[in-house]
Amino acid sequence: MLKPPEEHATVYSGGDSLFPLEVSGLAFSDRGRNLVDNVSLTLDGRSRTVILGPNGAGKSLLMRLLHGLLQPTAGTILWGGRPLDAAVRARQAMVFQRPTLLRRSAEENLRFVLGHLPRTARDARITELLADAKLTDIRTMPARLLSGGEQQRLAIARARAADPDVLFLDEPSASLDPASTHAIEELIRAIHAEGTKIILVTHDLGQARRLADDVVFVSRGRIMEHQPAADFFLNQRSDAARAYIEGRLDIGTVDQS
Amino acid sequence: MSDSGSILTLALSLVLSGDAELWSIIGLSLRVSLTAVLLACLIGLPLGAVLSVARFRGRGAVAALLNAFMGLPPVVVGLAVYLVLSRSGPLGVFGLLYTPAAMIIAQTILVTPLIAALARQSLADLHGEYDELFRSLGLSATEKVSALIWDGRYSLSTAALAGFGRAIAEVGAVIIVGGNIEHVTRVMTTTIALETSKGNLALAMALGIILILLALIVNAAVMALNRTARRLAYA
Ligand SMILES: Nc1ncnc2c1ncn2[C@@H]1O[C@H](COP(=O)(O)OP(=O)(O)OP(=O)(O)O)[C@@H](O)[C@H]1O
Ligand SMILES: [Mg+2]
Repeated sequence: MLKPPEEHATVYSGGDSLFPLEVSGLAFSDRGRNLVDNVSLTLDGRSRTVILGPNGAGKSLLMRLLHGLLQPTAGTILWGGRPLDAAVRARQAMVFQRPTLLRRSAEENLRFVLGHLPRTARDARITELLADAKLTDIRTMPARLLSGGEQQRLAIARARAADPDVLFLDEPSASLDPASTHAIEELIRAIHAEGTKIILVTHDLGQARRLADDVVFVSRGRIMEHQPAADFFLNQRSDAARAYIEGRLDIGTVDQS
Repeated sequence: MSDSGSILTLALSLVLSGDAELWSIIGLSLRVSLTAVLLACLIGLPLGAVLSVARFRGRGAVAALLNAFMGLPPVVVGLAVYLVLSRSGPLGVFGLLYTPAAMIIAQTILVTPLIAALARQSLADLHGEYDELFRSLGLSATEKVSALIWDGRYSLSTAALAGFGRAIAEVGAVIIVGGNIEHVTRVMTTTIALETSKGNLALAMALGIILILLALIVNAAVMALNRTARRLAYA
């Protein structure tokens, strides 16, 4: 059943796609805690994958591992058969749970990641990105003076700028009002429509229902289930997921283990 | 009492009359210290930025060393530069001792650790904030350093001003390597030392007034920078 990694890699060596993403036996532990525990997962390149799970379950850690910001303690991550290196990461973008904006204006935050383009093309792209994110009016504002919703939209616009194959979004609409949440979901749909794989963490079940094609449920550093969204919302297979959906007080964090 | 009052009056009239000797001394002071700070920034800012970004063994030791060098006694720096530049020293052939160039070298050495250490501190905080974004974007070390320097420019300007404050006010280093030669290497602080010992208190006090004014200007500039940075949310 298990193929050695070299053989595995040759299967995909012709293609340029980052998919499928194949994760096996992935683990991350720190100070004796298994924060991500023996995770295996396969994702295709088309769907919008939503990761659900209680606070502290390890969702953000999992995204960091998949994006290569953290080194796993064990396991393998293969993007289209390739190990996660700088070239693979260059085709991915991430919007962090706390948006990290440069101490520059909104447009300078975009220009920063478009350095490779010639000037006129770059300015045109900035104008387009700002318009899509409904940020045209605040183009020259210092990014850190923007509202929470504007900051998130700017962070998403910046992640989109490089035209990534994969976009990781870690709770992009946490603490935003319904209108801002809607604007962000529209933006995510637009990016997905351009052919970008979406991997999204959220605690907003309405948002998960609206956006998810498939749901990965994480609890205590483990993947409890991975189902098509329609099936997941109809019938959770794991107790932890059922408790989470029903809003029961839970059990889901890593630290009681 | 009336004596020191009349000295003050004389000093003020010297300042206001645009006395040629006074202004040539001030001019040399500014030229030496501003050049030294410029050089110290060219070395210290990238050095501090690299130290705030790089991950290598012994990084903590280098940072501690910088912090220690921040408080180098000027006379010791002066002595070291003297030994290097004196006729029998390794750089003796250039004949730099007792020239403004020697004073610039000494002040550069004095101020570089200060600027580098302050830069490292403020850019390390900034880097902590940007680190994951930079890694996500796959930036090279050079791109990281230049982005940090640009985004930290207000606090770095403050570091440069602190360096200028230290350079313009020090006596120990410039008096040893400059020699306090009239019309050649005489700067404000060395003149004050000399004229006071000769009993020419008016000129000494006139220069003292200028030094205090410069200190006030530097402080005001630091405050203005901080205020601007806060207003733009760049701090
Ligand atoms: N870089 C790290 N090194 C060690 N431990 C970490 C690291 N990052 C997070 N943790 C720990 O791992 C656990 C899971 O954290 P994580 O941020 O992944 O949770 P999460 O599922 O995203 O939660 P939330 O919904 O609150 O964002 C937490 O107990 C946290 O303290
Ligand atoms: Mg999280």
